[in-house]
Amino acid sequence: MIGRALIGGHAQTVADDCLVRNAWVCPEYVRTRADELTAATVEHLRITIISVIIGALLALPLALVARRIHRLRATILGTATAIYTIPSLALFSLLLPFTGLTETTVIVGLVLYSLTVLVRAVLAGLDGVPEEVRGAGRGMGYSPNGLLWRVEMPLALPVLIGGLRIATVSTVALTTIGTIVGSGGLGDLIQTGLQSNFKAQVLTASVLCVVIALVLDVVLLGTQRFLMPWRRGGVA
Amino acid sequence: MGWIGGVVAWFQDPANWQGPNGIPQRLLEHVGVSAAALGIACLIGIPIGLWLGHVHRGGGLAVGVSNVGRAVPTFAVLVILVLAPEPFGLSTVSIITALVLFALPPILTNTYLGVNEVDPAAVDAARGMGMNGPQVLAKVELPMATSLLMGGVRLAAVQVIATATIAALVAGGGLGAIITNGFGTQDQAEVVAGAFCVCVLALSIEGVMALLQRRLDPLRVVRAR
Repeated sequence: MIGRALIGGHAQTVADDCLVRNAWVCPEYVRTRADELTAATVEHLRITIISVIIGALLALPLALVARRIHRLRATILGTATAIYTIPSLALFSLLLPFTGLTETTVIVGLVLYSLTVLVRAVLAGLDGVPEEVRGAGRGMGYSPNGLLWRVEMPLALPVLIGGLRIATVSTVALTTIGTIVGSGGLGDLIQTGLQSNFKAQVLTASVLCVVIALVLDVVLLGTQRFLMPWRRGGVA
Repeated sequence: MGWIGGVVAWFQDPANWQGPNGIPQRLLEHVGVSAAALGIACLIGIPIGLWLGHVHRGGGLAVGVSNVGRAVPTFAVLVILVLAPEPFGLSTVSIITALVLFALPPILTNTYLGVNEVDPAAVDAARGMGMNGPQVLAKVELPMATSLLMGGVRLAAVQVIATATIAALVAGGGLGAIITNGFGTQDQAEVVAGAFCVCVLALSIEGVMALLQRRLDPLRVVRAR
Protein backbone atom coordinates (compact mmCIF):
# COMPACT_ATOMS: atom_id res chain seq x y z
CA MET A 1 0.00 0.00 0.00
CA ILE A 2 2.73 2.42 0.96
CA GLY A 3 4.76 1.37 -2.08
CA ARG A 4 1.87 1.96 -4.41
CA ALA A 5 1.30 5.39 -2.92
CA LEU A 6 4.94 6.37 -3.46
CA ILE A 7 5.13 5.12 -7.02
CA GLY A 8 1.75 6.19 -8.32
CA GLY A 9 1.40 9.26 -6.14
CA HIS A 10 -1.93 7.98 -4.78
CA ALA A 11 -1.90 10.05 -1.60
CA GLN A 12 -5.51 9.02 -1.11
CA THR A 13 -4.48 5.38 -0.59
CA VAL A 14 -2.13 6.30 2.24
CA ALA A 15 -4.77 8.42 3.94
CA ASP A 16 -7.21 5.49 3.79
CA ASP A 17 -4.69 2.98 5.04
CA CYS A 18 -5.80 2.36 8.59
CA LEU A 19 -2.59 0.45 9.42
CA VAL A 20 -0.50 3.52 8.65
CA ARG A 21 -2.88 5.84 10.49
CA ASN A 22 -2.84 3.43 13.48
CA ALA A 23 -6.63 3.52 13.53
CA TRP A 24 -8.65 1.67 16.18
CA VAL A 25 -10.88 -0.02 13.62
CA CYS A 26 -8.94 -1.55 10.76
CA PRO A 27 -10.30 -4.26 8.43
CA GLU A 28 -6.87 -4.37 6.81
CA TYR A 29 -5.39 -5.56 10.13
CA VAL A 30 -8.01 -8.29 10.51
CA ARG A 31 -7.36 -9.43 6.92
CA THR A 32 -3.57 -9.50 7.07
CA ARG A 33 -3.26 -10.95 10.58
CA ALA A 34 -6.11 -13.46 10.36
CA ASP A 35 -3.78 -16.38 11.20
CA GLU A 36 -2.46 -14.70 14.33
CA LEU A 37 -5.97 -13.74 15.45
CA THR A 38 -7.30 -17.25 14.86
CA ALA A 39 -4.44 -18.83 16.80
CA ALA A 40 -4.97 -16.50 19.76
CA THR A 41 -8.73 -17.07 19.71
CA VAL A 42 -8.27 -20.85 19.66
CA GLU A 43 -5.80 -20.67 22.56
CA HIS A 44 -8.19 -18.41 24.47
CA LEU A 45 -11.12 -20.78 23.92
CA ARG A 46 -9.02 -23.81 24.84
CA ILE A 47 -7.82 -22.30 28.14
CA THR A 48 -11.34 -21.10 29.03
CA ILE A 49 -13.14 -24.35 28.19
CA ILE A 50 -10.57 -26.64 29.89
CA SER A 51 -10.66 -24.46 33.03
CA VAL A 52 -14.44 -24.37 33.31
CA ILE A 53 -14.80 -28.12 32.65
CA ILE A 54 -12.20 -29.05 35.30
CA GLY A 55 -13.81 -26.50 37.63
CA ALA A 56 -17.22 -28.11 37.13
CA LEU A 57 -15.85 -31.64 37.63
CA LEU A 58 -14.29 -30.58 40.96
CA ALA A 59 -17.20 -28.37 42.08
CA LEU A 60 -19.78 -31.15 41.97
CA PRO A 61 -18.13 -33.55 44.49
CA LEU A 62 -17.04 -30.60 46.66
CA ALA A 63 -20.58 -29.26 46.84
CA LEU A 64 -21.97 -32.73 47.57
CA VAL A 65 -19.45 -33.16 50.41
CA ALA A 66 -20.36 -29.70 51.73
CA ARG A 67 -24.02 -30.74 51.73
CA ARG A 68 -23.45 -34.08 53.44
CA ILE A 69 -21.06 -32.88 56.14
CA HIS A 70 -22.47 -29.76 57.68
CA ARG A 71 -19.25 -28.67 59.36
CA LEU A 72 -17.35 -28.65 56.06
CA ARG A 73 -19.96 -26.43 54.39
CA ALA A 74 -18.81 -23.23 56.12
CA THR A 75 -15.15 -24.10 55.50
CA ILE A 76 -15.67 -24.79 51.79
CA LEU A 77 -17.79 -21.66 51.26
CA GLY A 78 -15.35 -19.52 53.27
CA THR A 79 -12.40 -20.77 51.23
CA ALA A 80 -14.35 -20.07 48.03
CA THR A 81 -14.97 -16.46 49.11
CA ALA A 82 -11.29 -16.02 49.99
CA ILE A 83 -10.12 -17.33 46.60
CA TYR A 84 -12.67 -15.13 44.82
CA THR A 85 -11.25 -12.11 46.70
CA ILE A 86 -7.66 -12.69 45.55
CA PRO A 87 -6.90 -10.64 42.41
CA SER A 88 -6.11 -12.72 39.33
CA LEU A 89 -2.66 -11.22 38.83
CA ALA A 90 -1.72 -12.18 42.39
CA LEU A 91 -3.21 -15.67 42.12
CA PHE A 92 -1.26 -16.48 38.94
CA SER A 93 1.88 -15.09 40.61
CA LEU A 94 1.39 -17.24 43.72
CA LEU A 95 1.22 -20.34 41.48
CA LEU A 96 4.50 -19.43 39.80
CA PRO A 97 6.77 -21.46 42.16
CA PHE A 98 4.67 -24.58 41.49
CA THR A 99 3.83 -24.48 37.81
CA GLY A 100 6.21 -21.84 36.39
CA LEU A 101 5.74 -19.81 33.21
CA THR A 102 3.29 -22.26 31.64
CA GLU A 103 -0.29 -22.51 30.48
CA THR A 104 -0.85 -24.79 33.50
CA THR A 105 -0.42 -21.79 35.82
CA VAL A 106 -3.24 -19.97 34.04
CA ILE A 107 -5.51 -23.03 33.94
CA VAL A 108 -5.01 -23.84 37.66
CA GLY A 109 -5.82 -20.23 38.56
CA LEU A 110 -8.92 -20.14 36.37
CA VAL A 111 -10.09 -23.53 37.71
CA LEU A 112 -9.90 -22.08 41.24
CA TYR A 113 -11.99 -19.05 40.21
CA SER A 114 -14.64 -21.08 38.40
CA LEU A 115 -14.78 -23.47 41.38
CA THR A 116 -15.78 -20.64 43.71
CA VAL A 117 -18.75 -19.75 41.48
CA LEU A 118 -19.75 -23.33 40.67
CA VAL A 119 -19.67 -24.77 44.22
CA ARG A 120 -22.03 -21.98 45.27
CA ALA A 121 -24.29 -22.63 42.28
CA VAL A 122 -24.56 -26.38 42.98
CA LEU A 123 -25.36 -25.73 46.65
CA ALA A 124 -27.89 -23.00 45.82
CA GLY A 125 -29.52 -25.18 43.16
CA LEU A 126 -29.89 -28.19 45.46
CA ASP A 127 -31.05 -26.02 48.38
CA GLY A 128 -33.78 -24.64 46.12
CA VAL A 129 -35.44 -28.05 45.61
CA PRO A 130 -38.70 -27.97 47.60
CA GLU A 131 -38.86 -30.37 50.53
CA GLU A 132 -42.24 -31.76 49.34
CA VAL A 133 -40.66 -32.83 46.05
CA ARG A 134 -37.91 -34.62 47.94
CA GLY A 135 -40.54 -36.31 50.12
CA ALA A 136 -42.51 -37.38 47.07
CA GLY A 137 -39.34 -38.83 45.53
CA ARG A 138 -38.59 -40.81 48.66
CA GLY A 139 -42.17 -42.01 48.76
CA MET A 140 -41.79 -43.31 45.19
CA GLY A 141 -38.92 -45.45 46.46
CA TYR A 142 -35.88 -43.51 45.18
CA SER A 143 -32.62 -44.32 46.97
CA PRO A 144 -30.63 -41.26 48.18
CA ASN A 145 -28.51 -41.52 45.02
CA GLY A 146 -31.50 -41.97 42.75
CA LEU A 147 -33.17 -39.02 44.40
CA LEU A 148 -30.07 -36.86 43.80
CA TRP A 149 -29.63 -37.67 40.12
CA ARG A 150 -33.24 -38.25 39.01
CA VAL A 151 -35.05 -35.61 41.07
CA GLU A 152 -32.82 -33.01 42.70
CA MET A 153 -30.25 -32.45 39.93
CA PRO A 154 -32.80 -31.95 37.12
CA LEU A 155 -34.67 -29.44 39.28
CA ALA A 156 -31.42 -27.66 40.19
CA LEU A 157 -30.37 -27.48 36.53
CA PRO A 158 -31.42 -23.86 35.84
CA VAL A 159 -29.37 -22.60 38.80
CA LEU A 160 -26.46 -24.90 37.84
CA ILE A 161 -26.38 -23.60 34.28
CA GLY A 162 -26.78 -20.05 35.58
CA GLY A 163 -23.60 -20.61 37.62
CA LEU A 164 -21.88 -22.19 34.64
CA ARG A 165 -22.74 -19.13 32.52
CA ILE A 166 -21.30 -16.71 35.10
CA ALA A 167 -18.18 -18.85 35.53
CA THR A 168 -17.64 -19.14 31.77
CA VAL A 169 -18.15 -15.46 30.99
CA SER A 170 -15.81 -14.33 33.79
CA THR A 171 -13.22 -16.95 32.83
CA VAL A 172 -13.11 -15.62 29.26
CA ALA A 173 -12.32 -12.15 30.65
CA LEU A 174 -9.80 -13.41 33.23
CA THR A 175 -7.88 -15.49 30.67
CA THR A 176 -6.43 -12.23 29.30
CA ILE A 177 -4.43 -11.78 32.55
CA GLY A 178 -2.66 -15.07 31.72
CA THR A 179 -0.44 -12.92 29.51
CA ILE A 180 1.70 -12.23 32.62
CA VAL A 181 3.00 -15.82 32.31
CA GLY A 182 2.86 -15.72 28.51
CA SER A 183 -0.38 -17.70 28.02
CA GLY A 184 -3.19 -15.19 27.82
CA GLY A 185 -4.72 -16.08 24.45
CA LEU A 186 -6.11 -12.81 23.12
CA GLY A 187 -4.60 -11.12 26.19
CA ASP A 188 -1.17 -11.69 24.63
CA LEU A 189 -2.26 -9.69 21.57
CA ILE A 190 -3.57 -6.90 23.83
CA GLN A 191 -0.25 -6.87 25.70
CA THR A 192 1.93 -6.73 22.56
CA GLY A 193 -0.48 -4.17 21.11
CA LEU A 194 0.10 -2.01 24.17
CA GLN A 195 3.88 -2.32 23.90
CA SER A 196 3.94 -1.38 20.22
CA ASN A 197 1.08 1.18 20.49
CA PHE A 198 -0.89 -0.85 17.91
CA LYS A 199 -4.49 0.31 18.41
CA ALA A 200 -6.19 -1.97 15.85
CA GLN A 201 -4.66 -5.05 17.47
CA VAL A 202 -5.76 -3.98 20.98
CA LEU A 203 -9.34 -3.18 19.98
CA THR A 204 -9.80 -6.23 17.73
CA ALA A 205 -8.51 -8.62 20.41
CA SER A 206 -10.65 -6.91 23.08
CA VAL A 207 -13.79 -7.11 20.98
CA LEU A 208 -13.07 -10.78 20.20
CA CYS A 209 -12.89 -11.48 23.96
CA VAL A 210 -16.35 -10.00 24.49
CA VAL A 211 -17.72 -11.84 21.44
CA ILE A 212 -16.34 -15.18 22.72
CA ALA A 213 -17.95 -14.53 26.12
CA LEU A 214 -21.33 -13.70 24.56
CA VAL A 215 -21.24 -16.69 22.17
CA LEU A 216 -20.39 -19.15 24.98
CA ASP A 217 -23.16 -17.59 27.09
CA VAL A 218 -25.71 -18.11 24.32
CA VAL A 219 -24.48 -21.70 23.78
CA LEU A 220 -25.00 -22.49 27.48
CA LEU A 221 -28.44 -20.90 27.46
CA GLY A 222 -29.29 -23.04 24.42
CA THR A 223 -28.02 -26.13 26.25
CA GLN A 224 -30.36 -25.38 29.12
CA ARG A 225 -33.34 -25.08 26.75
CA PHE A 226 -32.30 -28.36 25.10
CA LEU A 227 -31.88 -30.23 28.39
CA MET A 228 -35.11 -28.92 29.87
CA PRO A 229 -37.72 -29.19 27.10
CA TRP A 230 -40.50 -28.89 29.70
CA ARG A 231 -39.38 -25.35 30.48
CA ARG A 232 -39.27 -24.20 26.85
CA GLY A 233 -41.44 -21.21 26.20
CA GLY A 234 -41.62 -20.48 29.90
CA VAL A 235 -39.37 -18.13 31.78
CA ALA A 236 -35.73 -19.19 31.35
CA MET B 1 10.35 -25.36 48.73
CA GLY B 2 13.52 -23.25 48.54
CA TRP B 3 11.49 -20.40 47.10
CA ILE B 4 9.90 -19.73 50.50
CA GLY B 5 13.31 -18.74 51.89
CA GLY B 6 13.74 -16.33 48.98
CA VAL B 7 10.39 -14.68 49.69
CA VAL B 8 11.16 -14.37 53.42
CA ALA B 9 14.54 -12.84 52.57
CA TRP B 10 12.81 -10.36 50.24
CA PHE B 11 10.54 -9.22 53.06
CA GLN B 12 13.52 -8.94 55.44
CA ASP B 13 15.46 -6.72 53.05
CA PRO B 14 15.04 -3.13 54.37
CA ALA B 15 15.46 -1.82 50.80
CA ASN B 16 12.04 -3.24 49.94
CA TRP B 17 10.40 -1.19 52.66
CA GLN B 18 11.49 2.25 51.44
CA GLY B 19 11.69 4.38 48.29
CA PRO B 20 9.27 4.65 45.36
CA ASN B 21 9.12 0.85 44.85
CA GLY B 22 8.95 0.04 48.57
CA ILE B 23 5.93 -1.68 50.09
CA PRO B 24 4.58 1.39 52.01
CA GLN B 25 4.66 3.65 48.94
CA ARG B 26 3.10 0.98 46.68
CA LEU B 27 0.43 0.25 49.29
CA LEU B 28 -0.39 3.93 49.54
CA GLU B 29 -0.76 4.23 45.75
CA HIS B 30 -2.94 1.12 45.62
CA VAL B 31 -5.26 2.21 48.43
CA GLY B 32 -5.30 5.80 47.11
CA VAL B 33 -6.55 5.07 43.57
CA SER B 34 -8.88 2.35 44.88
CA ALA B 35 -10.52 4.61 47.46
CA ALA B 36 -10.88 7.45 44.95
CA ALA B 37 -12.47 5.14 42.38
CA LEU B 38 -14.79 3.47 44.89
CA GLY B 39 -15.89 6.89 46.18
CA ILE B 40 -16.66 8.18 42.68
CA ALA B 41 -18.49 4.96 41.77
CA CYS B 42 -20.64 5.25 44.94
CA LEU B 43 -21.44 8.89 44.20
CA ILE B 44 -22.63 7.96 40.70
CA GLY B 45 -24.08 4.49 41.26
CA ILE B 46 -25.98 4.80 44.54
CA PRO B 47 -28.22 7.80 43.58
CA ILE B 48 -29.05 6.28 40.18
CA GLY B 49 -29.76 2.87 41.74
CA LEU B 50 -31.88 4.42 44.49
CA TRP B 51 -33.93 6.40 41.98
CA LEU B 52 -34.44 3.49 39.54
CA GLY B 53 -35.45 1.23 42.45
CA HIS B 54 -37.77 3.87 43.90
CA VAL B 55 -39.68 4.30 40.63
CA HIS B 56 -39.35 0.58 39.77
CA ARG B 57 -37.95 1.34 36.34
CA GLY B 58 -34.87 0.46 34.34
CA GLY B 59 -34.43 -2.95 35.98
CA GLY B 60 -33.16 -4.46 32.74
CA LEU B 61 -30.48 -1.77 32.54
CA ALA B 62 -29.48 -1.99 36.20
CA VAL B 63 -29.08 -5.77 36.07
CA GLY B 64 -27.81 -5.98 32.49
CA VAL B 65 -24.92 -3.63 33.22
CA SER B 66 -23.53 -6.25 35.64
CA ASN B 67 -23.68 -8.99 33.03
CA VAL B 68 -21.91 -6.83 30.46
CA GLY B 69 -19.32 -5.78 33.07
CA ARG B 70 -18.45 -9.43 33.64
CA ALA B 71 -17.85 -10.10 29.95
CA VAL B 72 -15.47 -7.17 29.39
CA PRO B 73 -11.85 -7.89 30.39
CA THR B 74 -10.52 -5.25 32.81
CA PHE B 75 -7.11 -5.55 31.17
CA ALA B 76 -8.58 -4.66 27.75
CA VAL B 77 -10.30 -1.54 29.10
CA LEU B 78 -7.11 -0.41 30.86
CA VAL B 79 -5.04 -0.80 27.68
CA ILE B 80 -7.65 0.93 25.50
CA LEU B 81 -7.77 3.90 27.90
CA VAL B 82 -3.97 4.11 28.04
CA LEU B 83 -3.80 4.22 24.22
CA ALA B 84 -6.68 6.73 24.04
CA PRO B 85 -6.03 10.47 23.49
CA GLU B 86 -6.03 13.12 26.25
CA PRO B 87 -7.28 13.35 28.99
CA PHE B 88 -6.63 9.59 29.01
CA GLY B 89 -3.32 8.05 27.97
CA LEU B 90 -0.72 6.92 30.47
CA SER B 91 -2.18 8.75 33.47
CA THR B 92 -3.97 8.30 36.76
CA VAL B 93 -7.13 9.53 35.02
CA SER B 94 -7.14 6.41 32.81
CA ILE B 95 -6.61 4.07 35.73
CA ILE B 96 -9.26 5.66 37.94
CA THR B 97 -11.71 5.74 35.00
CA ALA B 98 -11.21 2.01 34.43
CA LEU B 99 -11.64 1.28 38.15
CA VAL B 100 -14.85 3.35 38.29
CA LEU B 101 -16.24 1.58 35.20
CA PHE B 102 -15.81 -1.82 36.89
CA ALA B 103 -16.96 -0.66 40.33
CA LEU B 104 -20.22 0.83 39.02
CA PRO B 105 -22.11 -2.33 37.90
CA PRO B 106 -22.25 -4.15 41.27
CA ILE B 107 -23.12 -0.92 43.13
CA LEU B 108 -25.85 0.05 40.64
CA THR B 109 -27.32 -3.46 40.42
CA ASN B 110 -27.39 -4.12 44.16
CA THR B 111 -28.75 -0.68 45.07
CA TYR B 112 -31.50 -1.06 42.49
CA LEU B 113 -32.40 -4.58 43.65
CA GLY B 114 -32.30 -3.55 47.31
CA VAL B 115 -34.81 -0.72 46.83
CA ASN B 116 -36.90 -2.45 44.17
CA GLU B 117 -37.50 -5.49 46.37
CA VAL B 118 -38.54 -3.63 49.50
CA ASP B 119 -41.84 -5.11 50.77
CA PRO B 120 -44.59 -3.07 49.00
CA ALA B 121 -46.66 -3.32 52.20
CA ALA B 122 -44.03 -1.30 54.07
CA VAL B 123 -44.05 1.36 51.33
CA ASP B 124 -47.85 1.48 51.37
CA ALA B 125 -47.87 1.86 55.15
CA ALA B 126 -45.38 4.75 54.90
CA ARG B 127 -47.51 6.48 52.26
CA GLY B 128 -50.57 5.95 54.43
CA MET B 129 -48.74 7.70 57.25
CA GLY B 130 -48.45 10.69 54.95
CA MET B 131 -44.84 10.39 53.76
CA ASN B 132 -44.02 11.81 50.33
CA GLY B 133 -41.73 10.14 47.77
CA PRO B 134 -38.37 11.39 49.09
CA GLN B 135 -39.40 10.59 52.67
CA VAL B 136 -40.39 7.05 51.73
CA LEU B 137 -37.05 6.63 49.99
CA ALA B 138 -35.00 8.05 52.87
CA LYS B 139 -36.89 6.60 55.84
CA VAL B 140 -38.20 3.26 54.55
CA GLU B 141 -36.62 2.09 51.30
CA LEU B 142 -33.01 3.13 52.00
CA PRO B 143 -32.80 1.54 55.47
CA MET B 144 -34.36 -1.67 54.21
CA ALA B 145 -32.02 -1.75 51.19
CA THR B 146 -28.82 -0.94 53.11
CA SER B 147 -27.63 -4.53 53.52
CA LEU B 148 -27.91 -5.34 49.81
CA LEU B 149 -26.55 -1.90 48.85
CA MET B 150 -23.47 -2.41 51.03
CA GLY B 151 -23.09 -5.90 49.57
CA GLY B 152 -22.73 -4.19 46.20
CA VAL B 153 -20.15 -1.73 47.54
CA ARG B 154 -18.27 -4.70 49.02
CA LEU B 155 -18.22 -6.54 45.66
CA ALA B 156 -17.11 -3.30 44.01
CA ALA B 157 -14.27 -2.87 46.54
CA VAL B 158 -12.97 -6.38 45.77
CA GLN B 159 -13.23 -5.66 42.04
CA VAL B 160 -11.43 -2.31 42.40
CA ILE B 161 -8.52 -3.80 44.38
CA ALA B 162 -8.16 -6.51 41.71
CA THR B 163 -8.31 -4.06 38.81
CA ALA B 164 -5.85 -1.70 40.52
CA THR B 165 -3.45 -4.67 40.67
CA ILE B 166 -3.84 -5.29 36.94
CA ALA B 167 -3.19 -1.58 36.32
CA ALA B 168 0.47 -2.39 37.00
CA LEU B 169 0.48 -4.32 33.69
CA VAL B 170 -0.12 -1.01 31.90
CA ALA B 171 2.54 0.82 33.90
CA GLY B 172 0.37 1.91 36.79
CA GLY B 173 1.74 1.88 40.34
CA GLY B 174 0.31 0.07 43.32
CA LEU B 175 1.26 -3.28 44.81
CA GLY B 176 0.85 -4.92 41.39
CA ALA B 177 3.99 -3.03 40.34
CA ILE B 178 6.02 -5.19 42.72
CA ILE B 179 4.73 -8.23 40.84
CA THR B 180 5.42 -6.80 37.38
CA ASN B 181 8.87 -5.60 38.48
CA GLY B 182 9.60 -9.14 39.62
CA PHE B 183 8.52 -10.55 36.26
CA GLY B 184 10.63 -7.90 34.51
CA THR B 185 13.79 -8.86 36.38
CA GLN B 186 12.87 -12.59 36.51
CA ASP B 187 12.97 -12.44 40.29
CA GLN B 188 10.49 -15.07 41.43
CA ALA B 189 10.84 -14.13 45.11
CA GLU B 190 9.77 -10.57 44.33
CA VAL B 191 6.80 -11.78 42.24
CA VAL B 192 5.54 -14.03 45.03
CA ALA B 193 6.19 -11.41 47.72
CA GLY B 194 4.23 -8.82 45.72
CA ALA B 195 1.39 -11.30 45.22
CA PHE B 196 1.41 -12.01 48.95
CA CYS B 197 1.08 -8.27 49.72
CA VAL B 198 -1.83 -7.99 47.26
CA CYS B 199 -3.57 -10.99 48.90
CA VAL B 200 -3.22 -9.53 52.38
CA LEU B 201 -4.62 -6.19 51.18
CA ALA B 202 -7.53 -7.78 49.26
CA LEU B 203 -8.52 -10.09 52.12
CA SER B 204 -8.28 -7.24 54.68
CA ILE B 205 -10.46 -4.97 52.56
CA GLU B 206 -13.00 -7.78 52.10
CA GLY B 207 -13.02 -8.32 55.88
CA VAL B 208 -13.49 -4.61 56.64
CA MET B 209 -16.26 -4.33 54.05
CA ALA B 210 -18.05 -7.41 55.44
CA LEU B 211 -17.93 -5.81 58.89
CA LEU B 212 -19.17 -2.47 57.51
CA GLN B 213 -22.01 -4.23 55.69
CA ARG B 214 -23.19 -5.70 58.99
CA ARG B 215 -22.58 -2.58 61.10
CA LEU B 216 -24.31 -0.13 58.76
CA ASP B 217 -27.43 -2.26 58.38
CA PRO B 218 -30.14 -0.45 60.40
CA LEU B 219 -32.14 -3.69 60.50
CA ARG B 220 -29.35 -5.80 62.02
CA VAL B 221 -31.21 -6.01 65.35
CA VAL B 222 -34.40 -7.13 63.63
CA ARG B 223 -32.55 -9.65 61.46
CA ALA B 224 -30.75 -11.10 64.47
CA ARG B 225 -34.07 -12.13 66.06
